Amino acid sequence: MNLNEFWDYLIPGISLGALYAVIAIGYTLVYGVLQLINFAHSEVFMVGAFAALLVFTKIEPSNPSGLMSVGLVALGFAVSGLAGAGTAFALEKVAYKPLRVRNAPRLAFLISAIGASFFLTHIAGKLFGRDPKPIPDLFVNKKVFEIFGARVSVLQLIMVGAAIVMMIGLDLLVNRTKMGMGIRAVAQDAETAGLMGVDINKVISRTFVIGGLLGGCAGFLFGLNSQVTYTMGFFPGITAFAAAVLGGIGNIRGAMIGGMVLGIVESFSAWQFGDEWRYVSAFAVLILVLMFRPTGILGERLGRTA
Amino acid sequence: MSTIETPDLSKAPAANGDASTAKPLLELRDLQVFYGAIQALKGIDVTVREGEIVTLLGANGAGKTTTLRTISGLLTPRAGEIRYGGERIDGVPAHHVVSLGIGQSPEGRRVFPMMTVTDNLLMGAYRFKKVPQSDLDRVFELFPRLKERRSQLAGTLSGGEQQMLAIGRAMMGRPRLLLLDEPSMGLAPLIVAQIFSIIKEINAGGTTVLLVEQNAAQALKLSDRAYVLETGSVLVSGTGEQLLADPRVREAYLGEGAGG
Repeated sequence: MNLNEFWDYLIPGISLGALYAVIAIGYTLVYGVLQLINFAHSEVFMVGAFAALLVFTKIEPSNPSGLMSVGLVALGFAVSGLAGAGTAFALEKVAYKPLRVRNAPRLAFLISAIGASFFLTHIAGKLFGRDPKPIPDLFVNKKVFEIFGARVSVLQLIMVGAAIVMMIGLDLLVNRTKMGMGIRAVAQDAETAGLMGVDINKVISRTFVIGGLLGGCAGFLFGLNSQVTYTMGFFPGITAFAAAVLGGIGNIRGAMIGGMVLGIVESFSAWQFGDEWRYVSAFAVLILVLMFRPTGILGERLGRTA
Repeated sequence: MSTIETPDLSKAPAANGDASTAKPLLELRDLQVFYGAIQALKGIDVTVREGEIVTLLGANGAGKTTTLRTISGLLTPRAGEIRYGGERIDGVPAHHVVSLGIGQSPEGRRVFPMMTVTDNLLMGAYRFKKVPQSDLDRVFELFPRLKERRSQLAGTLSGGEQQMLAIGRAMMGRPRLLLLDEPSMGLAPLIVAQIFSIIKEINAGGTTVLLVEQNAAQALKLSDRAYVLETGSVLVSGTGEQLLADPRVREAYLGEGAGG
């Protein structure tokens, strides 16, 4: 085992894991309040990436650097975050709320989720073309510093930094604000929260918007890291969902931990066994953990939202 | 403790006509509620006047909890009406009903298990923009036990403490009408006595109380008036004293030594 290589794979693992963590929060938040797996969340992520792609292909930034780059990245977050939040909001209103109002069985929600996911995937393919496209360069992605010979790039710093900011922000929102208290109350006992004056529909809507905002931003970062295409949501989505389950579905801090674990496991298995083992090992870890802790790393019977 | 202390004085309002001339705060008229095809309430009439303690008695499945859940907006009646302070409130969603001044301690207490005692109490005041410390202090005064445990997670409290928390949480919303669903359920007699004396204290402080109970003897001693429900209809109603003396009530609810 080569120590330099260890760092070479740890750093991309962490930045990938940070993205999984941010996407996983979207799954776990919605599950917390609705006990529903929003399988279309992966498409919220994809829409976020497309929003950034469309805006930046229009702007066509030429060799941006310095303050210009900072502005462009901020714009990217704003556009993709808004697009993600808007998509998630609409998704809830169109695909889930009508079912909730009519007290539909659980299976109907699941089918609706999968249907919405396919719909969004293929409408994006139809509208924006089916070839992967790169987001134009927003900054010079050079090496910032080295850890034991492993390079840390500007993009990796942005990915990890943004993820940390989003996770801390969300944690504060959920645990320190009145809105967050309403979300936690609905997650623990929706009916009683209603008796206390919490408008459950509003809380549900907000969790979709918050999850969508994070998912859209993650899509932007993922697009910068690779390319943007209509099917790009699938693998990160399913992995982030697995991360949420691994951490204990419904538990926000669990989703963060689960995301980091899967990102790092993926990267290390690509190093040790070859790239084709990436997903195999990540999901093997998921199954192994669940065999011994069926409720996930931080999952408890009562604890939904940490 | 309250000024109303002795057993005979506690029934004074109804006996001397104070409460019976008071304005009705809550009126249920021919209220009918269905679960699917099953009719849970077959047209009941209940009146709660300002300042009273009124009890709904009855066996499991009689419709007591259904009645409370309909008042608080969790269920929508198929027919009949609910008037609160003269206004129709049937069909108003639950999160609006609480802001009308109707607080509830639900069946099974339903505290938020992963929140601290203080956060649970703050949830009770969710409808207010700001929660004055004096509101918390008032609840802690009623339930000193909750003050000791204020930073503990509610899920770790004993049954009696959870019941105190559920009532305290409802009081945080400064209710005019307090709905209590079986506050004595599963609690030791000593704790039940304690809870009932606190209910009396809350009532003496000006809050009208609608109580659902299976513990007939104790509840009737506490109440100004009561209604006995049986399979979705009102079987008999009257003052607490009248019902304590009523042979039908004695046979059905006191004969088996229910709590008393």
